[in-house]
Amino acid sequence: MNNVTVDFTNGVNVEALLGAREAFTAAPEAAQFVWRAQSTWKKGTHTQTSVQKFFGLGQEQSHRQVFSYDTDHPEIFASEDIGSTPTEMVLVGLAGCLTAGIATVAEHRKIQLHSVTAAIEAPINLQGILGVDSDIRNGFSSITVKYTIDADASEDEIAALVAQSQKRSAVFDTITNPTNVHVLVNS
Amino acid sequence: MNQVENIAAQHSSILDVCVIGAGHSGLAVSHLLSKQGLRHLVMERGDVAQAWRDRKWDSLRLLTTNQQTRLPEFAYKGSDPHGFMKAAELVAFLEGFAQHSQTPLLTNTKVTKVRKDGELYSISSTKGDWQARAVIVASGACARPKVPAISREFPASVTQLTPLEYRSPAQIQEGRVLVVGASATGLQFADELKRAGRDVTLAVGEHVRMPRNYRGRDITEWLSLTGIYDQRYNEIDDIARGRNIPSPQLVGNAHKAILDLNSLTDIDVQLTGRLMGINNGVAQFSGSLKNVCMLADLKMRRLLGSIDDYIDAKLQGKAPPAETFADTRISDSPATTLCFARNAINTVIWATGYRPDLPWLELPVFDHKGQVKHDGGVAPEPGLYFMGLPLMRRRKSSYIMGVEDDARDITNHLASYLAN
Repeated sequence: MNNVTVDFTNGVNVEALLGAREAFTAAPEAAQFVWRAQSTWKKGTHTQTSVQKFFGLGQEQSHRQVFSYDTDHPEIFASEDIGSTPTEMVLVGLAGCLTAGIATVAEHRKIQLHSVTAAIEAPINLQGILGVDSDIRNGFSSITVKYTIDADASEDEIAALVAQSQKRSAVFDTITNPTNVHVLVNS
Repeated sequence: MNQVENIAAQHSSILDVCVIGAGHSGLAVSHLLSKQGLRHLVMERGDVAQAWRDRKWDSLRLLTTNQQTRLPEFAYKGSDPHGFMKAAELVAFLEGFAQHSQTPLLTNTKVTKVRKDGELYSISSTKGDWQARAVIVASGACARPKVPAISREFPASVTQLTPLEYRSPAQIQEGRVLVVGASATGLQFADELKRAGRDVTLAVGEHVRMPRNYRGRDITEWLSLTGIYDQRYNEIDDIARGRNIPSPQLVGNAHKAILDLNSLTDIDVQLTGRLMGINNGVAQFSGSLKNVCMLADLKMRRLLGSIDDYIDAKLQGKAPPAETFADTRISDSPATTLCFARNAINTVIWATGYRPDLPWLELPVFDHKGQVKHDGGVAPEPGLYFMGLPLMRRRKSSYIMGVEDDARDITNHLASYLAN
């Protein structure tokens, strides 16, 4: 066999992404995506939210299946703890986005990853949401993501993967930068 | 009769080339056109190096050393090869070059319209109309400050300045100054305002960090020696991004001091992330400050590593030992919001870059963002060329010593276009 030896892989199809980048440069309208979620209040602080449909490449698209998520509050808040808190879901999104970015950038830079784990911590002062002190914000006061990465690369190269991933992360951008949020009722 | 009068006397006849702008790019390309025997005029709205005459900023100096301030067959001959020219010195240098090169110059001639008329370009100016077979636009990459749209949302009480209006700290009113942009310009503003006793906040997006000196040489000399400045535009991974990279955090000063975010932190300049929004009189900054600094530190280390490699490979290691520079220090909680009123922010200075100003160029050569389309300075319109744009043909394109190689390429391309 005369096949080209594959030295490494992180399982990311970088060729497809590079192709998309080229296609979106030529046809910017195809790059307009809309992500959607549908939520239903269940009971107490429990809400179920599902995602399936989205818009992209100029037409309606669909995930392979419906993905459903329960959010609730823990028992110390006298809730039933049916799911993670919505605030924790933000951390889930951040971890998923940054880690996918690391794998993608590593693939592009031909760096073999062996393991990528992250511990995320995000302090929050509940005096904010409970309205105890109006100077305290509702949201996280900060977010710290600690990555432990084993890869065939130097320390600086690994640091560069993580930095580049942040630079190109939709969730990182959404959290770090202001976004207009429109919440409509019965419209 | 001098050359210009000679050419002007044949007003009815057609120029080979019309060069627009008599800065370093226009003058250099004119020099090479003359060598090729191409009949041309250089039209200049004011006088030679007008953009540099217009600059009001007192402490402005070039970022490259005097010995690198070179044009075709013309170099710095003064007694301070490692110094940095002030604007007025550069004007004198360029005047000297124009004289030496006998540039066919039409000064005080503002071009008002360039159109294509069949195969020919028609050029309208305040000194009459011309026709040319080719046009080289060399009217400057920094003709207009780029000011982001968010500037319109600032409270009316805040005075807004661009680098073209900035003179010195004395002109700035009381109160905190918000400097937006961490380029050479932004850092120099922040530094001199803080040293003049002003409270300063610097909003920092992506930036390029490098030390003024490394292993016994000015960093820009290493960039030349290692060939980094010669890197071609078509060898660069993401050219659109490359052309928008801010100028490196350098200052041309006699004592070769390091100017970086750490040196600003040392004197209590407040660092924030990139300015992202204004909401109810509150400025909102990105929470990505740490990451943009990390990116810049990593890139600096890669650059210095490539200089080390060059020293090992080409100089047999003969240079002072490798130096390391501390990572950029960022506080654990940089401000993400600042209230203009509460923090007495009365002035904002936009160090957010520049762009060409080409309203008179009535040709389909602009992209959807209003930027000129070109392939290494060659416009999609046959016979139309640009000079002096950032990373136009090489990394060094926007530097004075970088213009010669570009001018030669463009002149050769143009000569073969005219020959066909």
